[in-house]
Amino acid sequence: MADIVSLAEGVGRLVHDGDTVAMEGFTHLIPHAAGQEIIRQRRRDLTLVRMTPDIVYDQLIGAGCAKKLIFSWGGNPGVGSLHRFRDAVQNAWPVPLEIEEHSHAGMANRYVAGASGLPFAVLRGYRGTDLPEHTDTIKQITCPFTGEQLAAVPALNPDVSVIHAQRADRAGNVQMWGLVGVQKEAVLSAKRSLVTVEEIVDELEPVAGQVILPHWAVTCVAEAPRGAHPSYAQGYYERDNAYYEEWDSIGRKRDSFESWLREKVFTEVSEEASFR
Amino acid sequence: MTATTVPATSGTYTSDEMMSIAAARALSSGQRCFVGIGLPSTAANLARRTHAPDLVLIYESGTLGSKPGRLPASIGDGILAETADAVISVPEVFNYWLQPGRIDVGFLGGAQLDKFGNINTTVIGDDYADPKVRLPGAGGAPEIAASCGEVFVVMRQSTRSFVDKVDFVTSFGHGSGKGDRERLGLRGAGPTLVITDLGVLRPDPETSELVLSQLHPGVEIEQVKEATGWALRVSDELSRTEPPTETELATLRALKEA
Repeated sequence: MADIVSLAEGVGRLVHDGDTVAMEGFTHLIPHAAGQEIIRQRRRDLTLVRMTPDIVYDQLIGAGCAKKLIFSWGGNPGVGSLHRFRDAVQNAWPVPLEIEEHSHAGMANRYVAGASGLPFAVLRGYRGTDLPEHTDTIKQITCPFTGEQLAAVPALNPDVSVIHAQRADRAGNVQMWGLVGVQKEAVLSAKRSLVTVEEIVDELEPVAGQVILPHWAVTCVAEAPRGAHPSYAQGYYERDNAYYEEWDSIGRKRDSFESWLREKVFTEVSEEASFR
Repeated sequence: MTATTVPATSGTYTSDEMMSIAAARALSSGQRCFVGIGLPSTAANLARRTHAPDLVLIYESGTLGSKPGRLPASIGDGILAETADAVISVPEVFNYWLQPGRIDVGFLGGAQLDKFGNINTTVIGDDYADPKVRLPGAGGAPEIAASCGEVFVVMRQSTRSFVDKVDFVTSFGHGSGKGDRERLGLRGAGPTLVITDLGVLRPDPETSELVLSQLHPGVEIEQVKEATGWALRVSDELSRTEPPTETELATLRALKEA
């Protein structure tokens, strides 16, 4: 049975300095509240994994929590660049950031391999691109049956995966629906998992297109209402498109970012944060 | 060719609008189109609401057959899932739908494009480890460029973006010329059309080098050459883009305002 914990307790128990941490949610259900809690607890030297390191990782990178990023697309979707990510790559600010760069197809397959208990995944990908030259975790493999040249990428098995879902019940069964991205694979590939949810309910009412993660496949569940904001939670709230625009100006300069950190992450201390 | 009379309507629309409309016209009803956000999404949605109502829009966030009534703000805009025929996981998008060749057209943008249609969305500068500008990266593009039946590129044209050789090949076009795709075993035809704010480029059937094959209304050849970072060749069959119709313009503007 998954443990029902506070967000601060969940992060405190499951996310350690130096861990490989995957936070997934493909454009929907992005675990922003959990990301900010990791910043609040001042985790360091994390290897962050995420297909689309958008605002959630711009915040973690700018706060100096990451030493490495494994990713496939690092932008502010629909807006432009991630300025903290760029500053880290181009100027090593606030700390140097090593990158391991893939395509979406490669990343998705790495999670699938991890969730499947396999050492690597095979796909028709990367051919002709410059990515294999710079990314050690892309190799060529010959199909033993047809002789076709294919790409092989190693499984991702994060120390901890963090996702956000709509609901969980009191046993910790998790329910999500809408765009479900690669969240199931992220949880099943990880050694430990933390799922934040909009609400914990007595009974999970079935929803069309739902994905259920059984309580025995999840380590901890924490209630975090609006925990995906500024992304969205279908059935709960809409994507805050204006915030994505606003982030462009917050993240653009080091001082405006640091003011944001002080005011929004370290000052607005929620009750959970008093855990430490 | 000689200078063409500028159509009377040219003052009433922008070059960006002409680009979106020319890109939309390239799509046909019934085609299955993998849509990137930004210019490609504008064009694909315009096509679906004008001449190609049965165009199937596929977004990498996991939607098959999205029918948004307004332009989505991002590939994750909730409207794409709410209006889709099917919502699927991201591994499924790439493994079951893109990789086996079920998608006809991949519609891509980019930061840099070279004369063989290779696309860079990774870094500007010679040194990957110490780039002049760090761009977002690959996303779904490398496999879209490899596995879709063909690829349409839509990009604003300038010497900064249309370069002799891209700094980084994020998405493979025609490599260094004819035959490279076949040698690598890539299944799709690669870029067959590049639509810009000035005109349309197509690969030369002999060499796969992009040549100017169509000029938008009011644009002259010299202007396009000046906005191109390689010695742009002009097709023997150069044609003029028809100016936007009232319906196209009205539909495009309504989509953008909705």
